[in-house]
Amino acid sequence: MEMAVVELSRLQFALTAMYHFLFVPLTLGLSFILVIMESVYVMTNRPVWRDITRFWSKLFGINFVLGVATGLTMEFEFGTNWSYFSHYVGDIFGAPLAIEGLMAFFLEATFVGLMFFGWDRLTKRQHLFTTFMVALGSNLSALWILVANGWMQHPTGAEFNPQTMRMEVTDFMAVLFNPVAQAKFVHTVSAGYVTASVFVLGVSAWYLLRNRHVGLAKRSFAVAAAFGLASSLSAVVLGDESGYALTENQQMKLASIEGAWETEPSPAGLAIFGIPSNEGRKTEYEVKIPYVLGLIATRSLDGKVMGITPLVERADNRIRNGLPAYRALETLKKNPDDLAAREVFEKHKYDLGYALLLKRFVEDPLQATDADISNAAWSTVPNVPVLFWLFRIMAGLGFAFIAFFAFATWISTARRFDKTWFLRLAVFAIPLPWLAAEVGWVVAEYGRQPWAIEGVLPTFLGASSLTVSQIWTTIIGFTLLYGTLAVIEIRLMIGTIRKGPEPYTPQRAGSDASADPKSSATITSVPAE
Amino acid sequence: MPLDYETLRVIWWALLGILLIGFALTDGFDLGVGTLLPFVARTDVERRQVINTIGATWEGNQVWFILGGGAIFAAWPFVYAISFSGFYLAMFLVLAALILRPVAFKYRSKKPDAAWRTRWDWALFVGGFVPALVFGVAVGNVLTGAPFRLDDNLRAFYEGSLLGLFSPFALLAGLVSVAMIVLHGSGWLAIKLTHGPVRDRAIRFGTFAAIAALVLYALGGVWLAVGNLGFTTVGAIDPNGPSNPLMAQTARQAGAWLSNYSAYPLLTILPALGLLGPVIALFGIRSNKDALVFAGSSAANVGIIGSVGASMFPFILPSSIDPQSSLTVWNASSSHLTLFVMLLVTAVLLPLVLLYTAWAYKVMFGRVSEDEVKQNPDFY
Repeated sequence: MEMAVVELSRLQFALTAMYHFLFVPLTLGLSFILVIMESVYVMTNRPVWRDITRFWSKLFGINFVLGVATGLTMEFEFGTNWSYFSHYVGDIFGAPLAIEGLMAFFLEATFVGLMFFGWDRLTKRQHLFTTFMVALGSNLSALWILVANGWMQHPTGAEFNPQTMRMEVTDFMAVLFNPVAQAKFVHTVSAGYVTASVFVLGVSAWYLLRNRHVGLAKRSFAVAAAFGLASSLSAVVLGDESGYALTENQQMKLASIEGAWETEPSPAGLAIFGIPSNEGRKTEYEVKIPYVLGLIATRSLDGKVMGITPLVERADNRIRNGLPAYRALETLKKNPDDLAAREVFEKHKYDLGYALLLKRFVEDPLQATDADISNAAWSTVPNVPVLFWLFRIMAGLGFAFIAFFAFATWISTARRFDKTWFLRLAVFAIPLPWLAAEVGWVVAEYGRQPWAIEGVLPTFLGASSLTVSQIWTTIIGFTLLYGTLAVIEIRLMIGTIRKGPEPYTPQRAGSDASADPKSSATITSVPAE
Repeated sequence: MPLDYETLRVIWWALLGILLIGFALTDGFDLGVGTLLPFVARTDVERRQVINTIGATWEGNQVWFILGGGAIFAAWPFVYAISFSGFYLAMFLVLAALILRPVAFKYRSKKPDAAWRTRWDWALFVGGFVPALVFGVAVGNVLTGAPFRLDDNLRAFYEGSLLGLFSPFALLAGLVSVAMIVLHGSGWLAIKLTHGPVRDRAIRFGTFAAIAALVLYALGGVWLAVGNLGFTTVGAIDPNGPSNPLMAQTARQAGAWLSNYSAYPLLTILPALGLLGPVIALFGIRSNKDALVFAGSSAANVGIIGSVGASMFPFILPSSIDPQSSLTVWNASSSHLTLFVMLLVTAVLLPLVLLYTAWAYKVMFGRVSEDEVKQNPDFY
């Protein structure tokens, strides 16, 4: 494998996935906020809530469409750029993606059309149902993609089949109820709810500061504050659940996040500051809160949190243990009926992935020297300083959001909208949840390196056999296309916010119009937005 | 498991066809409408009238394309891994065009500015025409075989380039696809627009597209018969064997793509439908029966796409440079367990999808008029 091809493929995946993830969290959260607002409308029958719902759904639409458009790339990018990955784990990984299409994408995409076009054609309840289906669909899609991603972090329920040279599923329930996937799902959707709440809160605060659309702004502010408080608590608690899942399943990622090079006597302390270094293999100037990490990570006083150095030693052993599997596989490729080779393979197959790590350092892993094995073992350590700091940024923001929403909830319940300093803060806080979400993505995926599938398939083996110029062509192409669309999207968002809600007159004699027959008679020829 | 591996593979081969046909039947007319947009509608109101015939439903239709990717990944991982990386730059073209399309639908109406709107109209044209052409060219390349080989780790390597994809035969297939899609778009506009100049223009393009589809598709059939195209399996094949392409022998054989029709004469229905569809559409145009135009274009979709699958069975993606690496129904699928579980999932979810999709179409039923476009603030 040419390393430049691998690095460029990774760069492109990171660019396209992180760009896609700029739109997804807002979709996840705003869809449910719309459900809440429209439910109030249906229950109270007050047109102001209909107008509020329609206003936010306009912003929802501008954002949603880019989430869908950039999601197209993701659905095909495993095939275009990660061809060997797709072959190697497609038997497991493809299933949640297909189910995502069948169960989630059809749902959200079919109903989103009715949500925008159905105001005059559906009854109030039907329309609310439609909005709810959009929210359900987009959140289900997060479930299935995180089942797929959870399997990459913690591959359960599958085994390597030498006859087909790939991983094959042995237990679907294990893939579906993967503890990592469950924790990730709730953490990710909660983060989406936080994003949307900060967004709604910030925009409402901006209106309040300018004394525009005050009725809409105060009501939206209240919904966002309450929804945001619940979500930010959930995001942090479930983030903690993710941490607990790491203790069992991705010890190297946890140790790197903590910059813990050695195993500490339990219960381990939680580092809040430090300068870790991969070269020096230690973390300087550590400031630790005693016991806390041990409690979070193991939920006990005597559980151990393994350090990086002993984990590397373990990787060293697994590489050595994987080599017989690799040798047996070479024999089986030539003679599938070699029973002796089969037996050796069965005994060592769970460490085959570790032997594959050697391919980065030596052409033929069977010729590896002790130095190669040691290099390969140390290659299992991700970039510790990056993980250490990005995790702290994400977690810090997570805690800050709880305080932020707690205060916002107080403002809206005590009707203290005169606290302009907080309103200003809320406007400036708008980009922060996006920062937290992107940083969280990096911690999860960059922290998985060097693995594409933890312990099974190294990332550098997963790439397609493309040329450097092909990948540069698409990186430049995507950058130009996505860059242009981002500029247009942000301008339209800002333009729509500046313009504010527009008066709405139901066209047909549906349930909406019944309250005031005159309003349906006066046909105001409103130009398309 | 209650179904053996062979049966499941054939079912999933059929489901792959159903998916592609589902995509062509639904998103196909969206692509066709996008391609026709700048030509059949001139003023802004006319264009909005055309766009709003698919305004509420294009998004759901597009999922057939996304699901196509996911389902191929799940059921035919080799096909997913090799075709999309082998057609790398062509795939990028399609994606870029398809990314423009949703954005164009949504953003066009956000500003009254004429230049802004014209730009998005052309984006809709590109988003319709380019995928229609490239999908056809890709099918042409599947029929001629793609330039890939597998090593003993089953890693794929490719030869050939983006321009190499546009061989004369592949280009013919691309034109068949464009004609079929444009015809389907006209058929849709015929049933969804109120009577007026826009609809009349759409019908005129439909006439032209139907004749083109008929002639070009027939030409493609002749080419299969006399050109040097086709692959065949050699020796014994185990339809229940492991999914490993290197375990079977395949070879080139001119004319092999038509041999299934003599072995299973019933399959002839599909190419017959491919020829009959455009004729029905033409008849509908002549007799002013709009529903017949759409029925004809739908039949053409089913027949043309179905006949490609029927001609090639059991091949899915033959290799032009190393026939040994060719992917077939018997060597490119997921495991027995995955095929079975995914069949259960599909059996539960697909009827549900069809049900609420039908409801969405029912809600949006009726022709789109200029007045409605002018008055409804929710329209694009």
